Amino acid sequence: MPVLLKPFEEMTGDDYAQIGLKAGLEIHQQLLTEKKLFCRCPAARYTEEYDAEILRHMRPTLSELGEYDGTALMEFKTKKEIIYQINHESVCTYEMDDTPPFEINPQALDIALEIAMLMNYKLVSEIHIARKQYLDGSIPTGFQRTTIVGIDGWIPYKDRKIGLIQLGLEEDACREVSDVGHLRTYRTDRLGMPLIETVTRPEMRTPQEVAEVANILRWLVRSTGKVRTGIGAARQDVNVSITGGTRIEIKGVHRIPLIPRLIYNEALRQYALLQIRSELHKRGITEQTFRAESADVSPLVYNSEWEPIRQAVARKEKVFAVNLKGYRGILSHPTQTGKVFSKEISDRVRVIACLTRLPNILTSESTEETIDTYTWSKIRKTLKATARDALILVWGNERDVQTAVQEIIIRAQEALVGVPSETRQALADGTNGFERILPGPDRMYPDTDLPPLEITEERIERLRKNVPQPVWERIEKYKKMGLPEHVLIPIAASPLAPFFEKVCEDYMLSPKRAANLLFEKTKYWRRRGWPVKRIGQEEWRQLFAELSANPRFWSCVDALAEEFFTAPQADWTALINKHKKTAADEATLQSALQAVAGEAQKRFTDSDKRHRYIMGKMMEQFRGQVEGGKLNEMVKKYTEKDE
Amino acid sequence: MEEAYKGYRDPALAVLKENKVRVWSDVEMDTSRGNFKGIILPRSETADERHIVLKLHNGYNIGVAVHTIRQIREISYKKAEYKIPEKEFPYDPKKPNVKLLGTGGTIASRLDYRTGAVIPAFSPGELYGSVPELADICNLETEKLYGVFSENMGPEQWIATAEAIGREIEKGVQGIVIGHGTDVMHHTAAILSFMVQNSPVPIVMVGSQRSSDRPSSDAALNLIHAVKTTAESDIAETLVCMFGPTSDQYGILHRGTRVRKMHSSYRSTFRTIGDIPLALVDREKITPLRSDYKRRRDDRDVIINTAFEEKVSIVYYYPNMKPDIIDSLIDNGYRGIVIAGTGLGHVNKPVYPALKRAQEKGIAVYMTVQTLWGYVQMYVYETGRELQQLGVVPAANMLPEVAYVKLAWALGQTDDLARVKEIMLTPIAGEITEREPYNGYLIYQGGIPEVEAFLRKIKR
Ligand SMILES: [Zn+2]
Repeated sequence: MPVLLKPFEEMTGDDYAQIGLKAGLEIHQQLLTEKKLFCRCPAARYTEEYDAEILRHMRPTLSELGEYDGTALMEFKTKKEIIYQINHESVCTYEMDDTPPFEINPQALDIALEIAMLMNYKLVSEIHIARKQYLDGSIPTGFQRTTIVGIDGWIPYKDRKIGLIQLGLEEDACREVSDVGHLRTYRTDRLGMPLIETVTRPEMRTPQEVAEVANILRWLVRSTGKVRTGIGAARQDVNVSITGGTRIEIKGVHRIPLIPRLIYNEALRQYALLQIRSELHKRGITEQTFRAESADVSPLVYNSEWEPIRQAVARKEKVFAVNLKGYRGILSHPTQTGKVFSKEISDRVRVIACLTRLPNILTSESTEETIDTYTWSKIRKTLKATARDALILVWGNERDVQTAVQEIIIRAQEALVGVPSETRQALADGTNGFERILPGPDRMYPDTDLPPLEITEERIERLRKNVPQPVWERIEKYKKMGLPEHVLIPIAASPLAPFFEKVCEDYMLSPKRAANLLFEKTKYWRRRGWPVKRIGQEEWRQLFAELSANPRFWSCVDALAEEFFTAPQADWTALINKHKKTAADEATLQSALQAVAGEAQKRFTDSDKRHRYIMGKMMEQFRGQVEGGKLNEMVKKYTEKDE
Repeated sequence: MEEAYKGYRDPALAVLKENKVRVWSDVEMDTSRGNFKGIILPRSETADERHIVLKLHNGYNIGVAVHTIRQIREISYKKAEYKIPEKEFPYDPKKPNVKLLGTGGTIASRLDYRTGAVIPAFSPGELYGSVPELADICNLETEKLYGVFSENMGPEQWIATAEAIGREIEKGVQGIVIGHGTDVMHHTAAILSFMVQNSPVPIVMVGSQRSSDRPSSDAALNLIHAVKTTAESDIAETLVCMFGPTSDQYGILHRGTRVRKMHSSYRSTFRTIGDIPLALVDREKITPLRSDYKRRRDDRDVIINTAFEEKVSIVYYYPNMKPDIIDSLIDNGYRGIVIAGTGLGHVNKPVYPALKRAQEKGIAVYMTVQTLWGYVQMYVYETGRELQQLGVVPAANMLPEVAYVKLAWALGQTDDLARVKEIMLTPIAGEITEREPYNGYLIYQGGIPEVEAFLRKIKR
């Protein structure tokens, strides 16, 4: 077993520094707009139902040098039929690439500019729409319309700044429904939704730092109240490299807590791939001396009992064997937690040769019971393989197997380079898998359908007024106000934060109490299924004004709220007036206390429980007639005297 | 316009000169909004004069307002050349020879990735580089007749194209493909149907609705369909070959006199009107939908007749039209007028005096229908009968645009109105048909249940 990195839990900052970990983030965040970015379809009208289907193919366009770029070539090899499922509510002829774009959604552009200011970006004076090619079919045009609104931003982190390379405003892509063989199906409802792309510099040094920065960026955008929340509304890509490795982009991390393990696994994978390279070099294998052979071995495995091959034979498919000269042991070299090098090859075969039924390859290093040793030896003989070589079997229809054989050889040879440039996909277990070859730099070109658009000083000044105070400044301020630690971030990241500050000031409220009501009580009410939305800013002000004038109602806000939500008329003043009896006098309270305390005595031996019982009963009886704090003091005195 | 400052006007131009930088300079700009680094690109002539376009190193373009610029520093300069890759088109003596005539349009073009300028790809080598499948079908020769935008096509180009077709047929090609912009493709298809008669080979017009620099382009598939039709089909007529459905499935071969662009941007914009199309074509085969077409022959007996009278106009009738519209055509010396009338071919009474004047001046006036589908019927209502008395000739089910080019062609041949009428009403290339098939008119009404069911089931 080769020596790899320490387990995830034991890795320290020094360990990551030693391997030269560098990581950056790309965050895609949907904006809260009514309509899509380049057409007038409603945004976020999600449904799995569809009314029609359209079939398209993507054709690679040539790069400037007359060559197809890496992704283009890969997609060309895969030759996919793309089916788009369309629902007439959420999609028009624009998304289906049958109508040119309409002017960019001004609401989306305003939000993007506002967020750009919040993140200290330098704003551009004129936006130009670009087309970024995607040949996987995820966008029917074959490209994403995208534009840059700002460059070179930053956010503070620990004692340093994290640089932000650019802020893009772009249209969202389709959601993949399935990808089997040569047929890929997409749902188009999400297509065309406006989103912003925030790209950081690779300035994070540990996996944990990446997650923390991702969180800060998320709080920041949420603090505007102008971004979408919920599943899929924000998606992170991370890029990772270690010394000697390659910058690898891992796509589609849906939850920030998954980030650290994902980065660890990628660092591990790059570390392992570099080890594999040096092992091969040690064996004298270089890019020049690399040798591989392949042969049709279908007749040799004709009677195989091993299920995947038995089924392939039944489907009249071809079985090919590839001999990788001198590669013994390499295929079973570990790469990520629970994964070995042959997985890298299997991924390529699945994506590029469209052999999606798994397992799609079998290696001579498999420890499971597969085909018998006699058959293996016949295959070895056919390929003149020695004990120092490694063999891979692959099966499928003739054309796909040809592609697969080529791809196996390509990936095996890339082991001699180290870490090949790829885009990878985040998996739920914290590992990652191959998604596609990294697109070349030529995939950006100007969109000739839309003219440039000037961002005027007036527009910027108008928007600057909306830009919220940065989250990190609010957090400091709230700490000083004495708010408890656990509410600092939620309040600072809330679009309601400015309102919270304003009401504290206007009604001279205790920040702690106001925060509790605005941010914690509401959560509790929502959980109980109460229509919290009925309290708008005006209703909040009414409530705070009443509470400020009648502080004893603070103690029974829950009960008031329950009444409020069920009342036909939303009116706190009327509600409080209804309950505003005269304050209970001392004698009444004392006699009631005596009765309740007697009952408590019988029920509980524990003094805390007894106290809570008395308080509960008393509050029930005297809600709105006595202030909670005052009553508490009274009960305390009474029970202490009692003991 | 100096190449070094392409597209720039003052004040942007002055700022470039002041800072001694030009297009293709790799620069660093110090501005009141921060520092920007990138390459200065040419500016579109239609864009304003207050911004400089910068290509950032991440591939995005942005505009920098000149009033924000404090200083620009040139770091280096590198002019980029953009060339379409050429690969020699293979020659196979067993394959038919096809000629591609270029007239402009986006059937084959590449985008300059930096400026967004469209560069036509047209030589066989360039086409082979971008659509290698063509070499499986034929040996290809190309000739660029002219490069004009679709809307600038006119008699001069039509005549030159007809003559070029005549020359190629004389040389014995297997067929001719004409690359054309889509906006007036049906006008060109119609006039070529009249100017080129008795062709022994297919003449196939083709274009694209999504330019070929886009991965989702219909250009390559349209071109493959057109070349396949030219090389392999036995339909010796002037055809338009464009997408059938919006899906990448098959093309439709439309007769040149019955086809019309019906949507401003859809791929499946071309439809046969008043009839059914001639055939379907996909990568594998050509499937005729009818048998009454002219067959391919071995001879070279083509007739080229490029007559054309430019003083012909179409008048699209609307309620409350005043006679002065017709009067102005008369006063400007027009010799022929095609009216696109309402319903069965009607105009209102206030126009009558002008039509009477036209009749007296010997102007040829023909009636078509703006419903596009159906025949002119000027016997049914009194209006129709009155109009005929005013010399308006019903043009049966000829499409308005087709009647327009045919009238220009007829008037180009003779002054004799009786002779013109004979030419106009004698069908030459299916522009007038004796009967309309009951399954021709099928404009689906989207949204109604049976059409929704069809869309759900069939990927079109
Ligand atoms: Zn839309």
